Amino acid sequence: MTTARFMAYVAVMALVTYLIRMLPLVVFKKKITSRFIRSFLFYVPYAVLGAMTLPDILYSTGNTLTAVAGFGVALVLSWKEKPLLVVALSACAAVLVLQLILNALGMA
Amino acid sequence: MVKQFLQGIRHGIPIGLGYISVAFTFGMMAVSEGLSIGQAVLISMTNVTSAGQFAGLDLMLAGGSMIEMALTQLTINLRYALMSLSLSQKMDESMNSLRRMIFAFVNTDEVFAVASGQPGTVGKNYLFGLILTPYLGWALGTLMGAAAGSLLPVMVRNALGIAIYGMFLAIFIPPAKKLKSVRVVVAISAILSCVMRYTPYLNQISGGFVIILCAVSASALGAWLFPVREVEQE
Repeated sequence: MTTARFMAYVAVMALVTYLIRMLPLVVFKKKITSRFIRSFLFYVPYAVLGAMTLPDILYSTGNTLTAVAGFGVALVLSWKEKPLLVVALSACAAVLVLQLILNALGMA
Repeated sequence: MVKQFLQGIRHGIPIGLGYISVAFTFGMMAVSEGLSIGQAVLISMTNVTSAGQFAGLDLMLAGGSMIEMALTQLTINLRYALMSLSLSQKMDESMNSLRRMIFAFVNTDEVFAVASGQPGTVGKNYLFGLILTPYLGWALGTLMGAAAGSLLPVMVRNALGIAIYGMFLAIFIPPAKKLKSVRVVVAISAILSCVMRYTPYLNQISGGFVIILCAVSASALGAWLFPVREVEQE
């Protein structure tokens, strides 16, 4: 691949991705008044998060067992309304500890 | 003002950590398939999107046309339009057009998710603090992966892989605990996403489209069953 062709690819990728993100933010600056649309947009983030978390979280660590453990820890801590960083790092720590245990037992 | 900026930075740290691991993989792959370290980092710093970059890398190595490249990115990344539309209604008046144009560059899934999870409106100080660490993490992770694929032990990389999901849970569980409507919407969307993953034929749909389909149907159902009063949105 020549440098020129590479740069063209990168430019196309970056431009398309940027326009998708930028246009709605700039076009819809005014408050939308429709109650249905406002309700719809209120639910979008939660729906997006639900769809992105499941089932992907189960495949996020390369081992379903450690992923389930991390998922469990994150679930309990977020239910207790702990800060984002605490929940995220505790889930990582749970995965790492379980992986070390599994390795020590020769199970993974 | 400074307080909001710092809070944004604090909220951006778990995103940045998660990005290091994902971008690390991207950097490693790009270099192993023949790109230079600089090229890998350039892609990350201009695109800032995971799935889109992996697909783009495949396509450029396969020698795809520019039209194919544009359509692939459109398909995989169209979900961002939905997110930007939702976030456009949450920004306060400090976010003028120019600032929106700058912020849009780093409006990733995770940045959007965290910004949406904030009570009330969000302004420039918070948002620009928020995108700082994720952007650096994305660039740095790519550089590390490209320069030394074996720098980070696999075990640590695997553990970091769950960081982003832990953060997602921390964002949607507390409101789901309080509001039945949010509980229902999250559950429907998550169930749909699992169904689409494990059903033959449906599992051929690109990940970006799955998110759009799940989110649009669950949110529309939510809006129909539980219309929101203005007070609840604060």
